[in-house]
Order: sequence, then structure tokens, then C-alpha cells
Amino acid sequence: MADIPETTPALHGVMAEYDNGQALVDAARKTMAHGFTQVEAYSPVPIEDLNTIIHKSRTVLPGLVLTGGLTGMATGFALQYWASVIEYPINIGGRPLASWTTFIVPSYELTILFAALTAAIGMILLNGLPQPYHPVFNVQRFSLASSDKFFLVIESRDPKFGAAAAFLRETGARGVYDVAE
Amino acid sequence: MINTKAADYEPAPLIEPGHTFASISDKIGNVVLSTNTPLTWFIVVSIGFMIMGALGMAVTWLMIKGTGIWGVNQPVGWGFAIINFVWWIGIGHAGTLISAILLLLKQGWRTSINRFAEGMTIFAVMCAGLFPLVHTGRPWLAAYWLFPYPNSMGVWPQFRSPLIWDVFAVSTYFTVSLLFWYVGLIPDLATLRDKAKLKPVKIAYGMLALGWRGSARHWHRYEVASLILAGLSTPLVLSVHTVVSFDFAVSVIPGWHATIFPPYFVAGAIYSGFAMVLTLAIPVRRFYGMESLITMRHIDNMAKVMLATGLIVGYGYSMEAFFAWYSASPHEQFMMWNRMTGQYAWAYWLLISINVVMVQFLWFKRVRQNVGLLFVMSLIVNVGMWLERFVIVVTSLANDFVPTSWAHYTPTMWDYLLYAGTFGLFTTAFLLFLRFVPMISIFEVKTLLPQAKVKAEP
Repeated sequence: MADIPETTPALHGVMAEYDNGQALVDAARKTMAHGFTQVEAYSPVPIEDLNTIIHKSRTVLPGLVLTGGLTGMATGFALQYWASVIEYPINIGGRPLASWTTFIVPSYELTILFAALTAAIGMILLNGLPQPYHPVFNVQRFSLASSDKFFLVIESRDPKFGAAAAFLRETGARGVYDVAE
Repeated sequence: MINTKAADYEPAPLIEPGHTFASISDKIGNVVLSTNTPLTWFIVVSIGFMIMGALGMAVTWLMIKGTGIWGVNQPVGWGFAIINFVWWIGIGHAGTLISAILLLLKQGWRTSINRFAEGMTIFAVMCAGLFPLVHTGRPWLAAYWLFPYPNSMGVWPQFRSPLIWDVFAVSTYFTVSLLFWYVGLIPDLATLRDKAKLKPVKIAYGMLALGWRGSARHWHRYEVASLILAGLSTPLVLSVHTVVSFDFAVSVIPGWHATIFPPYFVAGAIYSGFAMVLTLAIPVRRFYGMESLITMRHIDNMAKVMLATGLIVGYGYSMEAFFAWYSASPHEQFMMWNRMTGQYAWAYWLLISINVVMVQFLWFKRVRQNVGLLFVMSLIVNVGMWLERFVIVVTSLANDFVPTSWAHYTPTMWDYLLYAGTFGLFTTAFLLFLRFVPMISIFEVKTLLPQAKVKAEP
């Protein structure tokens, strides 16, 4: 912003740009080996190894989905049992009120419904989305991250951040940019 | 001799050589971002919109007068509404098969066609869902017949009825298909956001993309979520047409009460669905010049799936006849004889000649490579599968147990208008989709390129 006096803007980090996935993965390996800890990579396509190289942790999503699915199944069965046996019992052809085999289909469908909702909404929320603003978008070149360029960011909260920009220039980057906060 | 032949068995490339990450983003993204909408698009969408007007008319008159305007009566209480419901929902199944089952089976060729096949699924399920809703005559009352919610009358749905199972199956199917579709769209919406030049367009796609950045963490969770959604959609899609077949099989009507119905219905659904994917893919790839992404390999594979599922359907027909004979039930035996020689024999033999005889031509590579012929065949298969549902629904009801209650079912103009109207809804929705959303998954097609391959740990 023009009206803010000439203080250097706070930095989110430094960003390096690469031409292909291989270069990004190689650079990410070097960066991690060099002892940087606050690192994030951005790519237009999923790259399988990248998360294991940088973050080393796997997502908790599968566990959440299992819980969601089981909740759905319990909800479906409880709903039908309560409606058919307790709240509104009707004798249909002398069948038992708790005719559980006929309750299987709706329970099954609700299992899938709850699990799928957990998977989709869980993925979005765990990713911190929706997120209208993020500093990386301040870099002009970053608009290519969804097209054909690959980016590596070392964030300013990294203890070794002082050496980050110089280090990234050595990793075969096409360009290194400051990311304003 | 053998060497010269070997090239014939080499599979054609999935996408034509020469594409790069940028060229794929441009080719698919520019259809959406271009400010220059083709005139043909406007013409087709206006036709679709007009036909959708007919749908509005048909539904409005139905709400005013009731289901008496249709041809249904005793004993044929299920006419066009159920036929069209089963037909449309069956079409939807191909989209889920492509996006879920083929993902689990690691079939790379699905990536070019999954997006618009999923779109087709969603719009087909919308058309399908309309029929059971309006065939109740008074859908505002259907709310408490169908959905379990605490109402002031204190009544609850009958959970022992397959019709209620169907409500759960179809509404879950629609919701999960929509979720899967949207999740698949998020990275592509981000691409559109980043490529858009106009501010309002950028904001619109930016909001839809939810701030997707494509970070390593994002992609990791994304891939896990996609895989889980595929794993959930697979049993779901199989269950949906199974439950649809329960609407018939759980009853005791001759010709409906058969154990083969679930697999036979699922195969028929995928068969007709692939026919519809071909019906849509062939003109769309040509019109938008997507031949380098939806290649002959895709067309060929889809024709093969159609052949395989068509053969299962043919097996279903022969088993129906066998069951009827082997059951030793005079009603079952009469049902089959009546299908073949009775008042609707023309429909039966027409569907046999399409779904059993015509489909055999797909054994020939020359047929599978002839795009024009395949397009015509896919249209005929759609007709054949509609006739199959017509025969199942109508012949069994029109001539059931007691000859004094037999009748002839003739659809009225309103039956036809409602059915035709759903094509308007489908066409309009599909064309809006082609215009506003990338019709092919941009990021998934990119993963097929050699540039996306990364060497394992050195």
C-alpha cells in the first residue's frame, strides 16, 4: 500500500520457482536435509512423495471417515428402530416390529452418506479452507502454481530463515522471490 | 509377419503427444474463460431451455389435475414415471463407474472423460429424481411419506418398504455424486481463478476454489479424500441400482420377483450409461476440438465396456426366460410367453434385437473405430434400454394373474411431454456445465504427462 511509510513489509517467507516436479522434489529433499523446518511446496499436480519429504506426517482423515461412517450406520439404524418399534409401531403382515433385516438398506446408505460428507468436508476443513487470503498469492508468479510451475517456500518463522534466500538460489531455482505477509 | 502385426496390438496413446502442462490448462480452461461463446452453444441451449419449458408445463398441469392426466390406471399403476426414473438413474451409473471404480482400478484413461461423465450423472439423477417425486401426484405430501421427520401427525415412513429404501439410496447417491464432483473440481477452479483476466470472473472462481493453493499438505489430504470417496462411491453405485431393482424384486408380480434382478439391473445401468457417455462425448469432443485429449483409445474402451455389460444384460434376458420356465409357476411361464407373443411383443423383440444382437457388432474393431456409427449405435442402445424398462414395468402389470383384470396401457400426451421435458432439463444443465466448468479434469490429465512423473528416492 502506498500510504504506509517506508518500513520493510513483514515477510511470510521466500519462494523459489522450479520448472518441473523433479526439480521441486530434488530441491525439497535438499532443503529438508539442510535443516530447514518451516517449508511448504506448491505444485499444479499431486506429487506423491512431496508430503512425506516435507511434513513426514500423514493426515488423520481416514480415521475421521471411519468414525463418520459408523455414526451414520448407528444413526440410520437407531432412527428406523425408534420410528418402527417405539414411536409408530404398525403390524405389517405379522412381521416383528424390530425387523432388522429390512433396516439394513437405509443404514447402509446413511453409513456411506455420513462417511462421504466427512471425507469431503473433512478434507476441506483440515486444509484450512475456505481461506480467502494467503500471503503466497502476493507473489505475481504464483498464479502459475496452478498451471505449470512448481514452488518451494521457506517461511520466516524458520530459525534458519536468514540463510534461506541464499540457499534456495543454489537449488536450481528459476527465480527466488520475497513473499510479503 | 508377427512384427508388422505387433503394432496393431499396441494401445493408442491416452492423450496425443505434444501436450504440456500449460497447453492442457489453456486448451481446457479457455473453453470456460473465453468471452467468445460459440453461436451453436446459444442455439442448443435455447432449444434445451424451450423443452425445459415443456417440462414446466407438464409438471404444472400434473399438479393441477393429478395423475389422472397420465395413461396409468388399474392394473398398470406404474407407467412412464417409473420407466423413466429407472432409465435416467441407470444412465447416471456410468459416471460413477468411471470416476470411482476405474479410479480404484487405476485406469488412466478415465481421467479425460470422468469430469463430464460425472456431470452427466448429476443431471441424470436430477431428471430421475423428478419422476418419483411428481408421480406421487402431490409431492408436498410426499415429504412425510418419504422423509423421516417429526411431523404434527405423528406418522413415520414405512421402513420395511423398498420404496423408502430407494429414497435413501437415490438421495445419498445424488449427494455423494455432487460432493465427489465438487471435490474433483476444486484444483481446476483454482486454475481458472489464476488464469481469469476479468475481475468478476476471478472473484467467482476464487470463491468456488475456496482458496486452494496446491500445497503438499493440500494435495496429500486431497488424494486421501479422493481415494476414500471413490471407495465409498463404488459400493454406493452398486447399491443404488440394486435398491431400484428391489422396487420390483421384493414384490410378488410375475417377472419382477426374481433373484437375478440386482446384478442384471446394475449391468443394464452401466451399459446404458456408457451409451449415454458416448452420445455426449462424440459430439462434444468434435465441437470443442478435444480429439487430442479424448482420443480414439477412450472411444474404443467405452465401446468395449458397452459390449461387456451388454453381454451381461443379454445373459440376464436368457436367465429371465430360464427362471420362468424352471419355476414351474404357470404365472411366470405365462409372463414370459406373453412378453414374447403378447400385446407388447414388438417392444420385447425390438429390445432383444438391440441389446442382444446389435451390440455384437462391437466385437469388431472397425465398428469401434467408426465414430459416426458408434454415435448412432449409442443412441439406439439408449432406446433399447428404455424399451427394456418398458417391457419389465408394463407387461408384468398389464397381464398379471387374473385375466379379467388385464388391460392395455397407452401413455398420454402428458406422459410423453414430461419425458421429453426432462431432456430439456438435461440438455440445459449439461450445456451450462460445458460453458462454466472445465469439461475435462485439468490437473488429472496433467498427471498423465511424463513431466508429472517424479523419480523415487535416489
